[in-house]
Amino acid sequence: MAATREVISTGNELAAIAAVDAGCMFFGGYPLTPSSEVMHVISDLLPKIGGTAIQMEDEIAGICAVIGAGMSGVRALTATSGPGMSLKAENLGLAQMAEVPLVCVNVMRGGPSTGLPTRVSQGDILQSKNPSHGDYKSITLCAGNLAECYTEVVRAFNIADRFMQPVIVLLDETIGHMHGKADLPTVEDVKAGIVPRKKFTGPAEEYHPYECGPSDPAVLNPMFTGYRYHFTGLHHDKNGFPTEEIETCRKLIQRLEDKVEVHKDEVESYEEFMMDDAEFMILAYGSVSLAAKEAIRHLRKDGIKAGLFRPITIWPSPAEKIKEHTDKIDNVLVVELNIGQFHGEVQRAAARLDIEGLFKVNGRPISPYEIVTKVKEII
Amino acid sequence: MAFNYDKYLRIEKMPTLWCWGCGDGVILKAFVRAVEKMGWNQDDVCVVSGIGCSGRFSSYVDFNTVHTTHGRTVAYATGIKLANPDKHVICVGGDGDALAIGGNHTIHGCRRNIDITFIIINNFIYGLTNSQTSPTTPKGMWTVSQKAGNIDPTFDTCKLGVAAGASFVGRESMLDPKKLEKLFVKAFEHKGFALLDVLSNCHINLGRKNKMVSAMDNLKWIDSITVSKKKYDTMTPEEQLNLLPTGIIHQDTEADEYCDMNEEIKKVHQGQRAKISQDDFAKKI
Repeated sequence: MAATREVISTGNELAAIAAVDAGCMFFGGYPLTPSSEVMHVISDLLPKIGGTAIQMEDEIAGICAVIGAGMSGVRALTATSGPGMSLKAENLGLAQMAEVPLVCVNVMRGGPSTGLPTRVSQGDILQSKNPSHGDYKSITLCAGNLAECYTEVVRAFNIADRFMQPVIVLLDETIGHMHGKADLPTVEDVKAGIVPRKKFTGPAEEYHPYECGPSDPAVLNPMFTGYRYHFTGLHHDKNGFPTEEIETCRKLIQRLEDKVEVHKDEVESYEEFMMDDAEFMILAYGSVSLAAKEAIRHLRKDGIKAGLFRPITIWPSPAEKIKEHTDKIDNVLVVELNIGQFHGEVQRAAARLDIEGLFKVNGRPISPYEIVTKVKEII
Repeated sequence: MAFNYDKYLRIEKMPTLWCWGCGDGVILKAFVRAVEKMGWNQDDVCVVSGIGCSGRFSSYVDFNTVHTTHGRTVAYATGIKLANPDKHVICVGGDGDALAIGGNHTIHGCRRNIDITFIIINNFIYGLTNSQTSPTTPKGMWTVSQKAGNIDPTFDTCKLGVAAGASFVGRESMLDPKKLEKLFVKAFEHKGFALLDVLSNCHINLGRKNKMVSAMDNLKWIDSITVSKKKYDTMTPEEQLNLLPTGIIHQDTEADEYCDMNEEIKKVHQGQRAKISQDDFAKKI
């Protein structure tokens, strides 16, 4: 097993530290509860190593500055919560279209609108699938414990550079503000695991950043390095220039979908907890999974063989793996802090309409007791 | 010897999307002549544009170029500049782009005084989308969204820039390309945020319904509303009414530039200097 280190911290702080350890050199953001601590921490860390953290004039400017830094080859982070995600949406779309990598941490709070600013929710699951208009394939990771606030942010940076697109990391208010012990990989291991984005090294006249295989990401050399091309949110040709040519447009959008769809096994991640002999499957993610694990221990004491399936990569969802389990297990319960946003995805993956749900939308966490009670009602 | 525009323009992208007689081409040419005068390496220059007719500016010039979302030009450029403080970052936006949807970013770019030149091509109308009112459309003019006549007050771009803290504010029209080129050079040479109100014509979507059917009519109108700052300053308020001064409107070479200040932040965190305090600034509020 790889060497680890023990730290005592909060989820938000770990997300900021992870970004810096993963090579992030730029942060742009705007204060938004319950995510602000990410900015508070990283604004101390980045200048120390020569990086820059800037509080912009609004959420939109925060993501725009991050995309700008990303275009020049810098690993860049922004952090926000639901209302900020709504404001960032259009420019997340530009980053998808122009294929600019970045990481966006969303510490979820109650919505819609201003909602419940200081209370927990998982109401942004569907938003994170398609934050902006149009067709593309989002990649969204979801931390289910303190350690993952670190490891998933590190993973997000590597995925962003591999797939050349934004990666959203979902925390929720409970995990973001949770204070406790976490076992983390060593900084040396994190640094050794950094996979920088691909670069074209041939002559500039032979460089076509968006000319790539049907399921490959663009190869975008950083600006100011002698390869001059064009970034745009418009449909574009092999050098990034606007075009309405029919085949070019079709191929571009299909590629934005396929570059993730074809290689989704590279980003798939989930945890199976006591699933080997499970006769009752609970599906939960984020902070809810902590309550679910506690509930499962109680249920097992009562002779109910329950297990947890926890997606860590939420989008693209681990649909095949979900189906593998739901084909074998009759009783399936999805527990989440929204009204069934991932429940619908489980129904789709399982091709079953009898998937049970336990949903809570009052800004309070779900207790293990509530899950135990619901399971006992079902069986 | 004739100026070699081919060096700086993406000739294969011509003709431009701009209408016949549009002033944007004159501005484009003045811009590249100014870049040539600066002696900048094309690889060290980034041109960032927004949405609208002016948004296409970036695709015609052979630099590192970015065509952003509507109004967000300065926000993107801020990230680019902070990540690459030794490079030259120039924004190009339209009046709707820079003053309506992107107004907040324009204000805060000025306030930070980050070393970016923002060329606002002001044609007094939303041209690309067919004649809707912009924040600079003169009162009483016809627009497709205010067919009874525009009642919305106008922004004075330069006054806005000065009030928001830009350390260089200037205005020229495309009527005098030589003066425009000089203004660009002065703005590029200036360290800090340079806000330029560059007046252009849109006889197609502003002029046609406002008794300025030809490009020449539209340009005559621009000529009639502009006067050099030198002359403007000698006029009475009554005489100044409905006139826009041209030239360098404001320049402060002492103002703190944001990238420089950001380096001071790094020094604090790296233990190379004491924390920044109020005593470091003559102007605190």
